[in-house]
Amino acid sequence: MSSITTKDLTADRDLLPWEAYVPGHHWRNAEDEAEGAKLGMWLFLSTEVLLFMGFFTAYAAFRMKFPGNWYEAAHYYLDWQIGAINTCVLLLSSWTVVMAVRAAQLAKRRQILVYLAITNLCALFFLATKLILEYWPKIQKGKLPGANFAYTGEVQGAHDHIFLSVYWISTATHGFHVLVGVFLISWCMIKAAKNHYGPKHYTSLENVALYWHLVDVIWIFLFPLLYLA
Amino acid sequence: MSGHHDVSYLAPKDTLWKTIWSWVYTVDHKKIGVMYLSAILLAFFLGGVAAMAVRLELWAPTQTVLERANDGTVTPVTRGVFLDPGIKENGKEVPPNVWYNRAFTLHGAIMVFLFIIPSIPAALGNIFLPIMLGAKDVAFPRLNLFSWYVYVFGGLFAIYSILAGGVETGWTFYTPYSTTTEWGATTAMVLAAFILGFSSIFTGMNFIVTVHKLRAPGMGWFDMPLFVWAVYATAIIQVLATPVLGITLLMLVFERLFKIGIFDPALGGDAVLFQHFFWFYSHPAVYIMILPGFGIASELIAVHCRKRLFGYKAIAFSSIAIAAISFLVWGHHMFLSETAAANIVFSGLTFLVAIPTAIKVFNWLATFYKASISWNTPMLYAAFFIFCFTIGGLTGPPLATLATDIHLHDTYFVVAHFHYVMMGGTVLAFMGGLHHWWPKFTGRMYNEFWARVASVIVFIAFNITFFVQFFLGTQGMPRRYATYDEHFQLLHQISTAGALLLLVGFLIHAAVFAQSLVAGAKAPKNPWGGLSLEWETESPPVEHNFHREPVVTHGPYDYDTVVPAHVDPRDYPLPDPAEVRRVHGDHH
Repeated sequence: MSSITTKDLTADRDLLPWEAYVPGHHWRNAEDEAEGAKLGMWLFLSTEVLLFMGFFTAYAAFRMKFPGNWYEAAHYYLDWQIGAINTCVLLLSSWTVVMAVRAAQLAKRRQILVYLAITNLCALFFLATKLILEYWPKIQKGKLPGANFAYTGEVQGAHDHIFLSVYWISTATHGFHVLVGVFLISWCMIKAAKNHYGPKHYTSLENVALYWHLVDVIWIFLFPLLYLA
Repeated sequence: MSGHHDVSYLAPKDTLWKTIWSWVYTVDHKKIGVMYLSAILLAFFLGGVAAMAVRLELWAPTQTVLERANDGTVTPVTRGVFLDPGIKENGKEVPPNVWYNRAFTLHGAIMVFLFIIPSIPAALGNIFLPIMLGAKDVAFPRLNLFSWYVYVFGGLFAIYSILAGGVETGWTFYTPYSTTTEWGATTAMVLAAFILGFSSIFTGMNFIVTVHKLRAPGMGWFDMPLFVWAVYATAIIQVLATPVLGITLLMLVFERLFKIGIFDPALGGDAVLFQHFFWFYSHPAVYIMILPGFGIASELIAVHCRKRLFGYKAIAFSSIAIAAISFLVWGHHMFLSETAAANIVFSGLTFLVAIPTAIKVFNWLATFYKASISWNTPMLYAAFFIFCFTIGGLTGPPLATLATDIHLHDTYFVVAHFHYVMMGGTVLAFMGGLHHWWPKFTGRMYNEFWARVASVIVFIAFNITFFVQFFLGTQGMPRRYATYDEHFQLLHQISTAGALLLLVGFLIHAAVFAQSLVAGAKAPKNPWGGLSLEWETESPPVEHNFHREPVVTHGPYDYDTVVPAHVDPRDYPLPDPAEVRRVHGDHH
């Protein structure tokens, strides 16, 4: 594509990537393209919600089937304090990712990078807490899902393994989403560093932020259901 | 603007290598659609081979059941006729029934996941939805290409599963059988369906955004062709239902690999929960399969009747209504394992589906009234579609009625019912649409006479094959059995003979298409006299679909107001002098 001339940007410097952004050939203008991309993202988020609905439905079905056992197992195997800390960390990261989008709207490149870095640190803290304080001790004690659950030592009921199945598959799938989020946010950081985000164009940053909110929201449902059962 | 966008999208590039590259790396929705079409036709062939294996085995009621003697030894009483190659797997000889199970599972899984679901939306929809909207491409062209590769990747898993021993669970993968069977490569097939689901989701997302954001100037929602409405409704279901299948199949894979116990009654899990999950997707998926067929029928009938379609808005909204109701009826697959209250609710909701469906059928029929119908192949298929689909639709209520369903559940009545809907509905509509749009996207006409002969053969053979299965079902022949009582033999043989005739019909179709590609006459812009936008561009369309962005000034079926009385619609749109100069003038 040849260079773009914009009336209000007549400085004798080269245009930054976000200033020179040209929409795809099949879009009428960049605004339509950004709206389309956002609608696509919302549709994708709805598929994510429905995907996690599978876990929530399984949770509801088995909680109704084994109510007492469910309560005992939730309190025995999960530590609500770890869950609460992780919830706060994710809430903080949701705020920072919004601030990154705001920084893009204000053309503050350094702020975008700082806010995204904090977001990613929160995500990594969440994953580290999960792996070191939750998953690893359970693996050591043989508290694995389903048939691999070790009925040795103190157990809470005959169906602990089903509770742990729901716990493992839902939190692991959520954790996988957090991990994907780390890569997406890192990708946004690279783009931000290269000056791809500014008031005229920040679509992918906003969409990643939407994804990150969803990851947060799903955790906000998982936390009380599993840890505060 | 620049000249190279004015050449056909099929035009080869400078070198062979560049031409190949221009396909595998294309973001052009038309090329992606053609690649989808090739892939799904291959899948249709593979699924058809499996179907023929099923029908041939059922030619004779040979006893292939196992008999347990008093001393506990198990021996097959007699061997299957066709399905007993005596192959050993893991040191054990594969029982003949397992071969039969594999044949019908492959037929079902391939036809559902690799053929019918992507057939109309991903192939014909991809090629025509943007053109009908007057857009240059779908909203996310790279995602579109990615979805094709995801489809191929899923297809490779399915083929691996076939080569590694096949699947014998039926395409529904019901637990606990799917988690306990020792034969074949079930996990690979489940993963294949999981991956194919993503391809379907991406296509659906793409279409929804395209319809919302890329309509040509002047095209309101009610100026869209009904094919677009139908594909739009389908896309909503694809986006909202498929993730539930995804998570279900993922849990099934975990169940097989890690024995998580959620679907395993031996561990306190619930096998019926799998069915709830599965049908929460797969019942809406039935409408993913049939809604695009409705859309095609609307196009075929309006264009080949040369008449304003009766009840445009009613047809458009009935598609959305079907999409909405489709999410509320999954429980009717489990009438035998639910509470009476749940059964009554699901039965009632199931009857609701009949209302929007009947609205469509009556509107199509009303369009026939005083129309100038050309009985060419697409129109024949549209008429066959209405005939077969109506039979398929009307045999639904007996299955939705609790009392009759207890008798008909899991019999050949169900098999006949869904084949009348899926094959008599979707496949016939797909064949009609393929003939309708073939001249447009290939730029070649096909041999009308032989195509008509083939379509009549397919129609007759289809009815021979499946109508007798209604009788088999009401008389108590259960589905998925390799062997049967001797008095069913005549009906089974009629059905098998019909299947062979069906094969002949499709082979003639294949020959007609091959002949058209090699030596077909060049297609004009508007061979049928359609008024929607795809008929205003070249055959085959140019790279960016139109020479200039079209402006919509009339509805897709406004035959009464747009086409002057003395003009043949095939000459429409009347050539614009400026356009003629631009295309044929020496602008280089």
